[in-house]
Amino acid sequence: MRQNNSITQEHTRRSKAKADGENAFKVRLSIRTALGDNAYAWDTNEEYLFKAMVAFSMRKVPNRETTEISHVLVCNVTQRVSFWFVVTDPLKNHTLPAVEVQTAIRMNRNRINGAFFLNDQTLEFLKIPSTLAPPTDPSVPIWIIIFGVIFCIVIVAVMLLILSGIRQRRRMSKGPTEVDDSEDKCENTITIENGIPCDPLDTKGGHINDAFMTEDERLTPL
Amino acid sequence: MEKARPLWANPLQFVFACISYAVGLGNVWRFPYLCQMYGGGSFLVPYIIMLVVEGMPLLYLELAVGQRMRQGSIGAWRTISPYLGGVGLPVGGRNFGQPLATVSSAQPSRLQPGLASVVVSFFLSTYYNIINAWAFWYLFHSFQDPLPWSVCPLNSNRTGYDEECEKASSTQYFWYRKTLNISPSIQDSGGVQWEQGLCLLLAWLVVYLCILRGTESTGKVVYFTALLPYCVLIIYLVRGLTLHGATNGLAYMFTPKLEQLANPKAWINAATQIFFSLGLGFGSLIAFASYNQPSTDCQKHAIIVSLINSSTSIFASVVTFSIYGFKATFNYESCLNKVILLLTNSFDLEDGFLTASNLEQVKGYLASAFPGKYSEVLPQIRNCSLESELATAVQGTGLSFIVYTEAIKNMAASQLWSVLYFFMLLMLGIGSMLGNTAAILTPLTDSKVISSHLPKEAISGLVCLVNCVIGLVFTMEAGNYWFDIFNDYAATLPLLLIVLVEIVAVCYVFGLRRFESDLKAMTGRTLNWYWKAMWAGVSPLLIISLFVFYLSDYILTGTLQYQAWDASQGQLVTKDYPLYALAIIGLLVASSTMCIPLVALGTFIVRCLKRGDTPPVA
Repeated sequence: MRQNNSITQEHTRRSKAKADGENAFKVRLSIRTALGDNAYAWDTNEEYLFKAMVAFSMRKVPNRETTEISHVLVCNVTQRVSFWFVVTDPLKNHTLPAVEVQTAIRMNRNRINGAFFLNDQTLEFLKIPSTLAPPTDPSVPIWIIIFGVIFCIVIVAVMLLILSGIRQRRRMSKGPTEVDDSEDKCENTITIENGIPCDPLDTKGGHINDAFMTEDERLTPL
Repeated sequence: MEKARPLWANPLQFVFACISYAVGLGNVWRFPYLCQMYGGGSFLVPYIIMLVVEGMPLLYLELAVGQRMRQGSIGAWRTISPYLGGVGLPVGGRNFGQPLATVSSAQPSRLQPGLASVVVSFFLSTYYNIINAWAFWYLFHSFQDPLPWSVCPLNSNRTGYDEECEKASSTQYFWYRKTLNISPSIQDSGGVQWEQGLCLLLAWLVVYLCILRGTESTGKVVYFTALLPYCVLIIYLVRGLTLHGATNGLAYMFTPKLEQLANPKAWINAATQIFFSLGLGFGSLIAFASYNQPSTDCQKHAIIVSLINSSTSIFASVVTFSIYGFKATFNYESCLNKVILLLTNSFDLEDGFLTASNLEQVKGYLASAFPGKYSEVLPQIRNCSLESELATAVQGTGLSFIVYTEAIKNMAASQLWSVLYFFMLLMLGIGSMLGNTAAILTPLTDSKVISSHLPKEAISGLVCLVNCVIGLVFTMEAGNYWFDIFNDYAATLPLLLIVLVEIVAVCYVFGLRRFESDLKAMTGRTLNWYWKAMWAGVSPLLIISLFVFYLSDYILTGTLQYQAWDASQGQLVTKDYPLYALAIIGLLVASSTMCIPLVALGTFIVRCLKRGDTPPVA
C-alpha cells in the first residue's frame, strides 16, 4: 500500500513537472562558455545543488519557510545544458505560483550564480529578467575635476608669461638710462689683472697695454 | 632704427614648426580613407607622383617667398606685386632689385593673395579649434572605468538600455548624443552646450599660451607638438600590429587594386590631398619662413618637410588599418558568436559544440534534419562577412571619435590607449592651430599701425578671444552641421585660387629670373632647372585643372546636401540645405576669393587718383 502511494505520488509530481507547465521555468546554463577548460560536467549532483539553491531561495520568502529540496522538481535535462524546474507544495498538491518563485529567484540571484561560478548571462532563467546594475554616478563627474585642474594650470602659466613679459618691457624702457650710468662707472674704476692695470678701450686716446711686449723692443729698428 | 625681427632660435625649430603645422589631423583621418577608397597600395603611385610634381615645388615657393620677403603674407605679396602697367613709375620709388628692402608702409599697393590668405586662415582657425575641444572632452572622459562610450546608459525605468543607443551603437550614441547633443536638422539650432563651451575655452587658452610670446614660445612648443604624435604613433603601431586580426586590415589595405589607377578621381584626390595636407596658401608657411635667417637653405627644408608629411600619412594609415582590421575581426567574430548562440539555444545543442569552423557544416545538417524548426530560425541568422566589416570606410571626425573609440574599448587597458590617442589628436590639432594663428598674427604684428598701439600679447589675446566667441556657434546643437559647412567650403576653393595667384605672381608678374637671382643672393645656391620648370609650367596647370574639377563638381551636383543624425532611427539621413545655409556657403567662398580682385581694383583706383594729383617725377 505504502509502495503504491509513493509510486502514485511520484507520478503526480512528475506530471506537474512537465515542460511548459504554467508555473515551470526553463533554465539554461553555458558552463563551457563561462569557464572554458575549468568547466565541470553537469550531473545529478549538480542538479541536487540546483534544487537546494531553489529551495533555499523559496525558504527566504515569508510563508514558505518549510520548502524542502524534494519539493523542487527538475525534468527534460538536455545536452545544452537546459532543463525545466517547478516548485511544488505537497500539502496542497499543486505547484507554487510563478510570481512567488520569480520574486524569490530574483532576490537571491547572486547567491545562485555564485554557487555555480556563473553570471546572469551564463545561467539564464528564461522568464525571469535580471535586474540591470544601476549606473554609478559620482557626485561630481570625473571629467570636470580633470578639466578644472588643467584649466587652472593653463591660466597660471598664461598669467606668468604675461607678467614676465610686462616686467621685461619695463626693464627695457629703464635700460638705456642704466647703461649710461655703468659706462661712467667704468671710466672711474680701473680693473687690475695680473698686477697690470687693464683700461677699457674707449676714446681716451691710446693707452698702451702693458701686458703685451711692444714690437719695438723685439725687432731691431730700421 | 627698425626693431630686429624675431628669429627662430635654430633652424631645427623652423623645421619642427613646419612639420607640426603640416602634419595634422588630415594625415590621420583623411589619407587612410582615400587609400582605402582608391585602390589600397596602388593609391601610393598617384600620391607620390603628385608629391614630387605639386607638393614639393609649391612648398618650396612659399618658404622661399616668406624667407625672402621677411614679412607675413600681406607684406610679402605687397612687396612682390609690382605696379600695373610696368615697372619704374614713381610715387615713392621702390626698387625691387634690392634684396631685403624694407617696405615703406606709406606705399599703396595691391594686397592680392595676402589678405585672402588671412581671411581663409581666420575662417579655418574659427572652426578648427572645436576639434581640439572635442579631443579634450574625450580625453577627460578617458579617465573612467568603464569608458563611458563602451556601455549604453539605462533607460528611465532601468529595464533595458536607452532606445537611441540600442538602435545605433554605444560609441555613436556617446558622440552624437552626449558630446554633440545633435539636433535633427540644421534649422533647429538649439542652445550652446556649456560643456563644449568650456572645452572650447580651454582649447583657446592653450593656443594662447603657446603663441603668447611669438616665436620665443612657439619655437619651444613645436618640439612637443611635432615629436609627441610620432611617439604615440609608434606605440600604437606596436600595439596595433600585435592585435588579433590586424593582418586582415593590413592585407585589405595594401592589396593593390590596379584598376583604380585608371580612375581620374584617384589622381584628383591624390592631388587635393597633397595640396591641403601641406597647408599651402594659408600664409602660415610664409609667416614661419619670414622668421628665418636669410641664408637658411629652404630648398632642403621644403624637401624634408614634404617627405616627412607624406611618410607620416603612410605611417598613420598603417596604424589605422591594423586598428581597422582588429575592429572588423572583432565585430565579425561577435556576429559569428551571436549566430552560434542562436543555433545552440534553438536546437539545445551542447554548449561549446558549435564553433566558427564547423558552423557551415552543422547548419547544413540542421537544415536537413530539422527543416521546420530551421526555417523558423533562419530569418534571424545574419550573414557575417569580414569583407563587409572591412569595407566600411570612414573619414573625418567619424573615424576618430566613433570608429577608433570602438576599437579602443575592446582593447585591454583601454583607458591608457584612449588617453594616448586623444593626447596625440590634441598635439596634432594644436600644432596646426599654431600655424593658423601665426598666419593671422604675423601680418597684424608686422603692420606698424596696430603694433604701435597694442603689445604683442594683447593682439594675440584679442584674436583668440574673437575666434573663441565665434567658435561658440559650433558648440550649439546644430553646431556639427555648421562645422561640416565650414570644413567643406571655407578652405577648399579659395585656397586653390590663392596658390594659383601666388605662382602666377612670382613667376610671371615678379619675374622668375628676378626671383631666382634674389634667391641666389640670399641663400648662395642656384635654382635647379626642375623647380623652374615646375613653377612656370606644371604646377599652375595642375592647379587650374583641380580648380576646374571642383567647380564642375559643385555645379553638377545641383543642390547641396548634408548628413543629419536621426535619433529615432539611430543613423544618418540625407537632407537638403535650407536657403540661408546655401547663402552662407556662398558668402564663405566669395569673401576670401573676392579679396584678390577687389583689393586689386581698389588699389588700382587709388593709384590712378594719386597719379592724377601728383605730377610724375622726371
